[in-house]
Amino acid sequence: MSEKRTSLSPARFLSARRRHRSAGLVVLLFGLLAVGSAYAAFAPGPAVADNSAQSQQIEEGKKLFAVGCSSCHGLNAEGSGNGEGKMAGPSLIGVGAAAVDFQVGTGRMPAMQTGAQVPRKTPAYTPEEIEALAAYVASLAPGPAVPATDSYDISKATDEQVTRGGELFRTNCTACHNFAGKGGALPNGKYAPSLMNVDPKHIYEAMLTGPQQMPVFSDQVMLPEDKRDIIAYLHALQEQKDPGGFGLGRLGPVSEGLWGWLVGIGLLVAVAVWIGAKGVKAKGHGATHKAEGAKAE
Amino acid sequence: MSDTKTVASQKEGPAATAEFPPPVKWLDDRLGIGKLGKKNLRKVFPDHWSFMLGEIALYSFIILILTGIFLTLWFRPSMAEVEYQGSYSLLKGLHMSEAYASTLDISFDVRGGLLMRQIHHWAAVLFIAAMMVHLLRIFFTGAFRKPRELNWVIGFGMLFLGIIEGFLGYGLPDDLLSGTGLRITQGMIQASPIVGSYMTFFIFGGEFPGDDFVSRFFTVHVLLIPGLILALVTAHLFLVVYHKHTQFAGPGRTEKNVVGYPLMPVYMAKAGGFFFVVFGITALMGALLQINPVWLYGPYNPAEVTAGSQPDWYMGWLEGSVRLMPGFESHFWGVTLSWNLLIPALIIPPAFVTLVALYPFIEGWITGDKREHHLLDRPRNVPTRTGIGAAFITFYGLLWIAGGNDLVATHFGVSLNNVTWVLRFGVFIGPVLAFWLTRRIAISLQRADQERLLHGLESGIIVRSPEGKYSERHTPIGEHEAYTLTTHDRLVPYEVGPETDTNGVRAPLRALNKVRAKLSAFYYADAVQKPTAAEIEDAHSHGHEDDVHELTETEAFREVTPDKH
Repeated sequence: MSEKRTSLSPARFLSARRRHRSAGLVVLLFGLLAVGSAYAAFAPGPAVADNSAQSQQIEEGKKLFAVGCSSCHGLNAEGSGNGEGKMAGPSLIGVGAAAVDFQVGTGRMPAMQTGAQVPRKTPAYTPEEIEALAAYVASLAPGPAVPATDSYDISKATDEQVTRGGELFRTNCTACHNFAGKGGALPNGKYAPSLMNVDPKHIYEAMLTGPQQMPVFSDQVMLPEDKRDIIAYLHALQEQKDPGGFGLGRLGPVSEGLWGWLVGIGLLVAVAVWIGAKGVKAKGHGATHKAEGAKAE
Repeated sequence: MSDTKTVASQKEGPAATAEFPPPVKWLDDRLGIGKLGKKNLRKVFPDHWSFMLGEIALYSFIILILTGIFLTLWFRPSMAEVEYQGSYSLLKGLHMSEAYASTLDISFDVRGGLLMRQIHHWAAVLFIAAMMVHLLRIFFTGAFRKPRELNWVIGFGMLFLGIIEGFLGYGLPDDLLSGTGLRITQGMIQASPIVGSYMTFFIFGGEFPGDDFVSRFFTVHVLLIPGLILALVTAHLFLVVYHKHTQFAGPGRTEKNVVGYPLMPVYMAKAGGFFFVVFGITALMGALLQINPVWLYGPYNPAEVTAGSQPDWYMGWLEGSVRLMPGFESHFWGVTLSWNLLIPALIIPPAFVTLVALYPFIEGWITGDKREHHLLDRPRNVPTRTGIGAAFITFYGLLWIAGGNDLVATHFGVSLNNVTWVLRFGVFIGPVLAFWLTRRIAISLQRADQERLLHGLESGIIVRSPEGKYSERHTPIGEHEAYTLTTHDRLVPYEVGPETDTNGVRAPLRALNKVRAKLSAFYYADAVQKPTAAEIEDAHSHGHEDDVHELTETEAFREVTPDKH
């Protein structure tokens, strides 16, 4: 019997006891042990344990975010309302580092007030702080990253590339930003801002992330070299001196008409008044008025 | 006036031919125009700055012809596709029409080409602006009245042709802006019911933009319309000489004479000098102020458009009218009526310009005035006309502003929609307000004139009578001023007359005449009538007995103790 017992295979042993009273409890304990071990093996360690530079930056960014951004965007960048059912700030989960770098780097964020559109102003944060904020927001969910320096490096752009950029600019951008990148009006107080004196990186990021009213021109839709060529064309426009004299703001015929009337007609009428006021100085006796005879003559 | 002599007294000199030096005599013997020239060189013109506004237009036209000839030497009116290889690097290698490429060549590779282009364009801006200012002068002074109604129509024709001419010129370079402008025009033409599609196919030689429009527009721009304008200029000036120039009222000036200086030498010098001033200012603008930078717009491509696509200023009001119109259209029997273009582009502007063109006849009919007028009105003396003019300016001006509503929005930091909505109401309310306000101001100015005439000027001298009464002394105005102030006619509304004549026959067109009488009363009812001679006499004799007017208590208090308040 005993030999028989000892010769019993483990499978048979378990099988024979599967209806044992404590079998359920044993299985449960085994399950818990397995899950617990697996968790211990695969779960990430506590954050404090990681001391890498990146996580420090994220942590710094999180603190800056809590102070400067969370009142509108929520403590965890989830977005929030203003208490009246309107959105105070959108969720920033998934917008990526490029969006943060554009918005904060051009001074648009933090916004001074809500309105039709947040204007460009002097940045409130240092480049390091902006990087930290960007790292924090990027850590929340994947999104477009800040572009590498060589992707918007226009120093080596050829004339051909600049010309190509001009065509792309006229096809995709001028409808809102004006033929010379001077900006234009959009409905309800919104506007396409001027593209003059904007950092190439920020132009690239704007195309990549589509801030405010702007559509997104992702790298799949508009290739990185397309973006670079557009930036090169804008730079060439900005550097170009107006060959015809004072450019009148490069705004098109409206400013030309204004100058034509105010300066042109204004000056000419002033001269007409001056000539009209000049009498005739004949020798001897002053003005010699003459009257033409009766019409009926 | 003592220094006024009639030309008639000087007319009979020695025989005309005897005076000429030999070379001129040689010419005169063959052409025989010496006598004609002598007479016309002594033609007298009255002096006033506002009489020179039309000259600005004339001189701009001459500048346009001169610079335009220069431009035709290099411009290639062709839509053949070429690759640009000129010296403007930002467009190098792009495919474009020959018209656009040659415009770039004129701008960058032809010596003085850009200057000529810019002078040409500025002169066009000034040409039409000067015509419009001239038209306003004619309007507000009533210079369009009999016998000059037809000259008004001729002038209006030139303005109309000038605007078409300018628009064609704007379309010729085939850049993105001009192409966009043409596209809008094409849309307006297409909006005309039934004939629209046929008309655009006729004008563009097929689908827009096609290959024909530049060469077609070029011929019309350099040949047809300038020729027509030149013919009209000739007729316009001939009529000015024939009618003789109008003048403002003043001592010695009547409906039957012209007081001023002779053409030779005074106006030869003044007008000649003014020509050089106009040329100089236009050239300065061409040299210093960049206009229509076609290289920035790029070649026309129907797939592209740019913010700030506006026409030149004189089409701005049409643009604004289209921008203000809310969009709606109706479809029936397979026909689409695009009201958002029909009303603002094809109904309102033609109606407006027709009213302007026919105004002399409309006013003449309403007032029933059949007399000739050679003395100008002061705007205040015809308050209703002045008010109508202000209303027209307001209407035009608001539509004009609407044409730039996007730039108004961006530059003043306001919402584009708000600008549009304010102007949508403004174009209806503004003209009414302007009419009412201007008319009231004119009437008040008339009353002020009346006051000066009857009571003289407030001298500021306060007199105290022995009884202690304070009063201010008035000094009568001079005879010259009094004459000037009373030269205009009394304006009497048209009377409708009895319904039936003595034989009991009903007057014809009675309903029409009633309307006319009503309109006439509207024109003249509130105008201040100038005093009669008796009234002036009465006011003056009253003044002699007691040539001070008594001050009211408050007035005396204020005047005499100025530091009390």
